Amino acid sequence: MDIKINGKMVSIEADPEMPLLWALRDIAGLTGTKFGCGIAMCGACTVLIDGEPVRSCSTALEDVSGEVTTVEALEGEDGALHVVQDAWIEQQVAQCGYCQSGQIMSAVALLANNSTPTDADIDEAMSGNLCRCGTYPRIRAAIHSAAKKLAEA
Amino acid sequence: MGKLLRRTFLIGSAAVAGGVAVGFYMYKTPYPNPLTGDADKGESVFNPFVKIAADNSVTIIVPRAEMGQGVVTTMAALVAEELDVELADVKTEFAPAANVYYNRAMLEEGAPFQVFDNSFIAEMTRDIQGVVAKFLAMQATGGSSSTIDAFDRMRTSGAAARAMLIGAAADKWQVAAASLKTENGKVVDPALGRNIAYGELVTAAAEQEVPETITLKDPADWRYLGKSQPRLDMAAKVTGKAGFGVDVRLPDMLFATVRMNPRQGAKMTGMDASAAEKITGVIKVINLGTGYAVVADNTWTAFKAADLVTPEWAKATYPATTDAVFASIDAALKAGGGFNMRDEGDAPDAIAAASGKAISARYTAPYLAHATMEPMNATAQWTDGKLSVWCGNQAPTSIVTQAASMFGLSADEISVHSTYLGGGFGRRFETDFSMLAARVAKEMDGKPVQVTWTREEDMRHDMYRPGAICEAAAVVDGQGVPSVVFRVASQSPIASTFGRLAGAITPPGNDKTIVDGLWDQPYALANYRATGIEVDMDIPVGFWRSVGHSHNPFFHECFMDEIAHSSGQDPLEMRLKLMQPYPAAVGTVQAVKDMSGWGTPLSADGVKSRGRGVAFCLSFGTWVAQVVQVADTDDGIRIEKVWCAADFGTALDPKNLEAQMMSGIVFGLSSAMGQEITFADGAVEQGNFDSYDAMRMNQTPDIQVRVLQTSGKMGGAGEPGTPPSLPALANAIFAATGKRIRQLPLSKEITFV
Repeated sequence: MDIKINGKMVSIEADPEMPLLWALRDIAGLTGTKFGCGIAMCGACTVLIDGEPVRSCSTALEDVSGEVTTVEALEGEDGALHVVQDAWIEQQVAQCGYCQSGQIMSAVALLANNSTPTDADIDEAMSGNLCRCGTYPRIRAAIHSAAKKLAEA
Repeated sequence: MGKLLRRTFLIGSAAVAGGVAVGFYMYKTPYPNPLTGDADKGESVFNPFVKIAADNSVTIIVPRAEMGQGVVTTMAALVAEELDVELADVKTEFAPAANVYYNRAMLEEGAPFQVFDNSFIAEMTRDIQGVVAKFLAMQATGGSSSTIDAFDRMRTSGAAARAMLIGAAADKWQVAAASLKTENGKVVDPALGRNIAYGELVTAAAEQEVPETITLKDPADWRYLGKSQPRLDMAAKVTGKAGFGVDVRLPDMLFATVRMNPRQGAKMTGMDASAAEKITGVIKVINLGTGYAVVADNTWTAFKAADLVTPEWAKATYPATTDAVFASIDAALKAGGGFNMRDEGDAPDAIAAASGKAISARYTAPYLAHATMEPMNATAQWTDGKLSVWCGNQAPTSIVTQAASMFGLSADEISVHSTYLGGGFGRRFETDFSMLAARVAKEMDGKPVQVTWTREEDMRHDMYRPGAICEAAAVVDGQGVPSVVFRVASQSPIASTFGRLAGAITPPGNDKTIVDGLWDQPYALANYRATGIEVDMDIPVGFWRSVGHSHNPFFHECFMDEIAHSSGQDPLEMRLKLMQPYPAAVGTVQAVKDMSGWGTPLSADGVKSRGRGVAFCLSFGTWVAQVVQVADTDDGIRIEKVWCAADFGTALDPKNLEAQMMSGIVFGLSSAMGQEITFADGAVEQGNFDSYDAMRMNQTPDIQVRVLQTSGKMGGAGEPGTPPSLPALANAIFAATGKRIRQLPLSKEITFV
């Protein structure tokens, strides 16, 4: 099966029913995307497919019809971070860090569709991403900060 | 001689502070420095915490688990402060499992004295417990103790390395060491205006005698400590590069999962694995006696095949239903007895004498799972009879001890490679997940095997926060001062945990965690009794973020609220009055009074009503008061705001401490809002976040934290944010609705938005 992942066509030999998450982690070697629940309840496995946030733990390989973007692709080849990643660092968001790849991918998708999200928009876009460390107040601040930087850019 | 001193320096200096007459010599005998092998790699090893290479790179060894609490950054800052190097440029490594990294502060917290008890006996016992910690040599992360334990030790290690670098420069230049200074990675000779980088000195410096005495910097001169530092692990954690246990990748690694009897500890009496073995990619199904493992070429195939195995499970050895479990706890409470951790005056008599005027209440708290974001996992490999384990864990030396016992190995045949932890909260103090990986790998002919649990396996095979029942009674005198009795019954986390650790001796005496949060609170009451009753049951219970302080403050602080309301007192003002002898307590309560506008009317615009609730808890050496504000809406209770004031004594990194308080609050409120582990047919009923959820972004209140430093003694940060959050919420709900809820989770009686 050929899937476009982070700008490159990747050939994956696996059961078509295998969730994308496990193909990324155990076959393609992209471990930035995390396993949390397996039932699309926690968002740790969030990736983008054609720019839309998708829970990769519950998306079978055979249902992947677009280009997959994982956290590994947010960083530019020159090492420059995505504006959302910069905002995460500025606000010192991460604690244990395990859920943050998924949080960041959800935030990237939110800001791509809505450059001036309100608190209600953030609630709507981010409530599927669980964080047991309780970093939510700083996630909210980081999304507002990233939006502001995008507006200034 | 120089070499020996170098190895002994740190422990020797710790021994001076912590020694007691009995066993003093043995205690002073140092543990070896596990890093000496690294000298072959071109790095000079100054002590177990600092390595410096010729290219000037500084590596600081972090002896504690990074599970979100920011310990990597603070540990590095402690060393960098005294070593005088750029904090942002240092590298960090997690320590190997080695006795030299033992945690003295954690066992001190376990001593049966109140934090505010500085009597001679209390201080002596804390010291003796520290000595015990070294004998047990537990390299453990828990009890909110990492920074307290590291504060002197890691600063001293940085200062010692700096002194040796200065000594080497002094020899080279033939000047007196006292005439030299350091500046950010260089030794400087101000008299002649010359300088030399640390990297050029390391070989000679490592041969210097370790100084016998060290003068640490005056806090007024601190460059990093006391100021918020950018976390050293932040960039790795926003780019997906931070390596957790599940991210370990080794050549030829196999992927596996386990399914253990959901009636925990009971046997597997039969298994049909024929369907699983037919799945493409399945390599082996292994009978583990109390469950089975499936080894495959990827994790998902292992999960899928594990579903196809048909096991036969033996019955649980503990009561099979939640009702039966709580009936056992209730029976223990009714049977009476137990131990009094605090018994001042005669509270029972005072209450009995006040016929008709006393109030009483019965509170309950459920069993709880840790539900770390990263499910339990570990990777293991056997090479020539030696075992290597990779995992995120809170106690590397326990993994060594347990594996040595289980497989008949010596400690030097076991290596533990610690990764970042995708949450710990006490769960990764246990060794079950690493031992299962070792057992599975043992069957796989030297290949490394990563064993990842499903979320369901994780939630159903936890060491739970024990359920508890509390009976409280009080009578209030003419001055508004109560006489109070608390009786609480639960399983013992200490007995359960130490019972699982090979070679560990359960600490003598009663398990004070059963009554932590009751007996140890700074209320000056003439008549006060707190009684703990240990319930003997086989349900595995353990350390859940803040342990006994996770539920007892709910009982204590809600009942204090009831006492205040029943006697016509303002709950916050009553606390100020009763805590008057303890300035740190008064300071935090006063702070949240000011922050929250306590006493000013709340509008009910757009909602049915609003209310504020207050609670206080001293835990792990940190004094914390919180006010929660809720709104009663048509859709249920909405938690709008939380104000938190915490007195840490010394605040090494204020922004990180703020994060830890927010974290503890969200963790506590999550449990209060709806978490409950229940049992049916001997198995836990909840399996995933659909039946055991936590607070979400849309439910998260605005949280304001004030960091105070007046108490005079450094406290911890990872846990103390949690305890007051639950009672402050319940008290706010009472203020808003008039409904007094005495059972957790509160969702049993109300709905949250």
